[in-house]
Amino acid sequence: MLKDITLGQYFPGNTPAHKLDPRTKILLVVIYIVALFCAKSFLSYGLVALTLFACVRVSKVGLKALVRGLKPVVIIILFTAVLNLFFTPGQVLFQLGFLKITDAGVSNALRMVLRIMLLIMGTFLLTYTTSPISLTDGLERLLNGLKNFHVPVHELAMMMSIALRFIPTLIEETDKIMSAQKARGADFESGNLFEKAKALIPILVPLFISAFRRADELATAMECRCYHGGEGRTKLHVLRYERRDYAALISGVVIAAAVITLGRLEL
Amino acid sequence: MIKTKDLTFTYPAEEGEQPVQALRGVDIAIEKGSFVVVLGHNGSGKSTLAKTFNAVLLPAGGKVYVEGMDTLDEELLLAVRQRVGMVFQNPDNQIVANVVEEDVAFAPENLGVPSPEIRKRVDDALAAVGMSEFVTHAPHLLSGGQKQRIAIAGVIAMEPDCIVLDEATAMLDPIGRQEVLSTVHRLNQEKGITVILITHHMNEAEEADRVLVMDDGKVAMDGAPREVFSHVEELRSMGLTVPDTVALLYDLRQEGMDVPLSALTVDECADAITAALTPGKTEKSTK
Amino acid sequence: MKDILQIEHLTHTYGAGTPFQRNAVEDLSFTVKEGEFLGIIGHTGSGKSTLIQHLNGLLKPTAGRILLDGKDIWAEPKKIRDVRFRVGLVFQYPEYQLFEETVYKDIAFGPINQGKTGEELDRCVRTAAKLVGLKSEALDKSPFELSGGQKRRVALAGVIAMEPEVLILDEPTAGLDPAGRENLMANIRDFHRNRGGTVILVSHSMDEIAQNVDRILVLKSAHILMDGAPRQVFARGQELIAAGLDVPQVTRVAMALRDRGLPIDPAVYTVEELKRALLNLRKEGAAC
Repeated sequence: MLKDITLGQYFPGNTPAHKLDPRTKILLVVIYIVALFCAKSFLSYGLVALTLFACVRVSKVGLKALVRGLKPVVIIILFTAVLNLFFTPGQVLFQLGFLKITDAGVSNALRMVLRIMLLIMGTFLLTYTTSPISLTDGLERLLNGLKNFHVPVHELAMMMSIALRFIPTLIEETDKIMSAQKARGADFESGNLFEKAKALIPILVPLFISAFRRADELATAMECRCYHGGEGRTKLHVLRYERRDYAALISGVVIAAAVITLGRLEL
Repeated sequence: MIKTKDLTFTYPAEEGEQPVQALRGVDIAIEKGSFVVVLGHNGSGKSTLAKTFNAVLLPAGGKVYVEGMDTLDEELLLAVRQRVGMVFQNPDNQIVANVVEEDVAFAPENLGVPSPEIRKRVDDALAAVGMSEFVTHAPHLLSGGQKQRIAIAGVIAMEPDCIVLDEATAMLDPIGRQEVLSTVHRLNQEKGITVILITHHMNEAEEADRVLVMDDGKVAMDGAPREVFSHVEELRSMGLTVPDTVALLYDLRQEGMDVPLSALTVDECADAITAALTPGKTEKSTK
Repeated sequence: MKDILQIEHLTHTYGAGTPFQRNAVEDLSFTVKEGEFLGIIGHTGSGKSTLIQHLNGLLKPTAGRILLDGKDIWAEPKKIRDVRFRVGLVFQYPEYQLFEETVYKDIAFGPINQGKTGEELDRCVRTAAKLVGLKSEALDKSPFELSGGQKRRVALAGVIAMEPEVLILDEPTAGLDPAGRENLMANIRDFHRNRGGTVILVSHSMDEIAQNVDRILVLKSAHILMDGAPRQVFARGQELIAAGLDVPQVTRVAMALRDRGLPIDPAVYTVEELKRALLNLRKEGAAC
């Protein structure tokens, strides 16, 4: 049951979006977010949305998957909508008791909701088309320069990729431990919040102990395969920019510039 | 290939307990290209011994030499580990990456091997263990036997001279165990890689060149499998068992039947019994 | 002997409605008699673990019923926990589920969930510890201070302490050395004999099953391949081998002897039995 969670929801594929260098995609997402937050008018939002949907088409993400990606943040969206709708000063359109809906409120709410949705969908697209390993590789290369400032870039990237690799394994183990404790009569459903939290101890303690044991064994195994830190390491897959990466980056920058300009010109 | 001299090792004491001397003076030499099985009950020191072969554990006393290199020498650490690879018991806790080829590439990446060469080594290693079709698979979805084969591939990618399997079949089902055993036998025969198999499954020693039996931190027995298994009483007193074939022959011998104790396999055993029960018929050699 | 467990047309489907849909067990029907020592053998993927998780209500049937002492265990879904106290299940490598501060408390986890208190609780814990061969000094220690074999015994005691009518053990000797295996199986045999409860042993090892059980259930690809006394099952040794399963080494020797013309019953499965058969042959031969 828990096994069905695919973190980040990566789906392997052969689309142009999949083939882009992960660094390009990370940079594009950063540019996208900047543009999104600089967008003011509905025109600029429209431009961003249009770009997003073009990317969606290119990466062949199904619309259903995209909508599913919004599920976790439904509450935030609703909360933001409500906040903006009822608490923005302006010309009153509708009144219910002390609750006022203003024209500015409607406009703001719409824009904020759009912003959140576009933000989530944009990052969703990133994780959809880029495997966790590529992401960490890309991040590691991008942040390489920080090594000069004594930031342990390689170690952080290694930690991240090992953590990602162990997520499905730990989920499987949690399942097993839960079944074993249920077989001894453990009850994870009933009781108040406090009782439910207490019921998690028989799962968390063995899980933690197991995680430490795994880490120990893995470290030994890594050393036996001559791991000695980041010095002198080469890679099986070397990241290389291709023409399409430059094309994508340039388009991204141009669109972002357009959006920012629109904002400046108050269009 | 590997030589130990007067090797001793002591585990540090737990709270309120005595320190455990796991190895009490071990003197052995492992020949290049041989297939050695190390047997022993839990606590006999067999795993400890294995871990001194690639400097995971360093001798408290005595020496371990890997192709002439002293494992105590820090400068030679990486060289030693590249020569002697190790596969551990838990299939999951050796896998570093999310994708099979990335995991197999881990060792050559650590050694600074150039990218195109890594590609070649990964493909060759996967072919050698029969897992080529899984090259872009997710390792955590594989069976136990498959995971261990990927671990073996990851070790081969370092191009070691020797592979040590530390109870690598203990957590596998019979099919997985068979997969791993046939893989390492093939590597031993086709590529001349020295194999040292630590196990407590007696039947895994049937096809070894040499069996070492550890007991209480020392080497209690050392010889060919048929030779070692014929010492039934001694093995039993050490908390080990013998394969049922040998147990049967032993019992029959106690009852006066003239059967050798060295007929280890099912066929050899059946031949020996048939010969003993039908004297005068075609005599089949059982040695 | 009454039927303590009845499995009727059990089917379990994983991933229904997705492209990965598959039946882990399909139309399984069999009964378990009270006091029986049943062995279940089959490959990984034959449906063994799915089956046993149905017996204590951890999994719900897609179709079919499980009857405990004549009553459908899912008749009152809210009371399914009670079934788990009556049908105790010990998973593989159970030592990984220990979590309490002391061995005593960990063993007590099950009985406490059951509602046991005071003297009765104490009795259950101590009896269970003794049954698995744990010394009373161990009860006050932290479970994490113990060796692997000891930890496994603690986990086993934790389930036995619930005093279940049926005890299911999934590969209890996995990962243990020969001495450890023999020791643990002896404890389990004692438990079966002294408590008179029903024991179901799931194993990969034909040898282990052969030496311990009254009856064998062979599973293959979600179905029951064979169901009978060890003698009946091993008489079909060729079929087992063809199905990719193993037969005890002794049985293989018996089959090999038969191939060489000796009149040996190929359903022999212990060293003792084969020895006796051969000694008889020798006597007859000498008498000729």
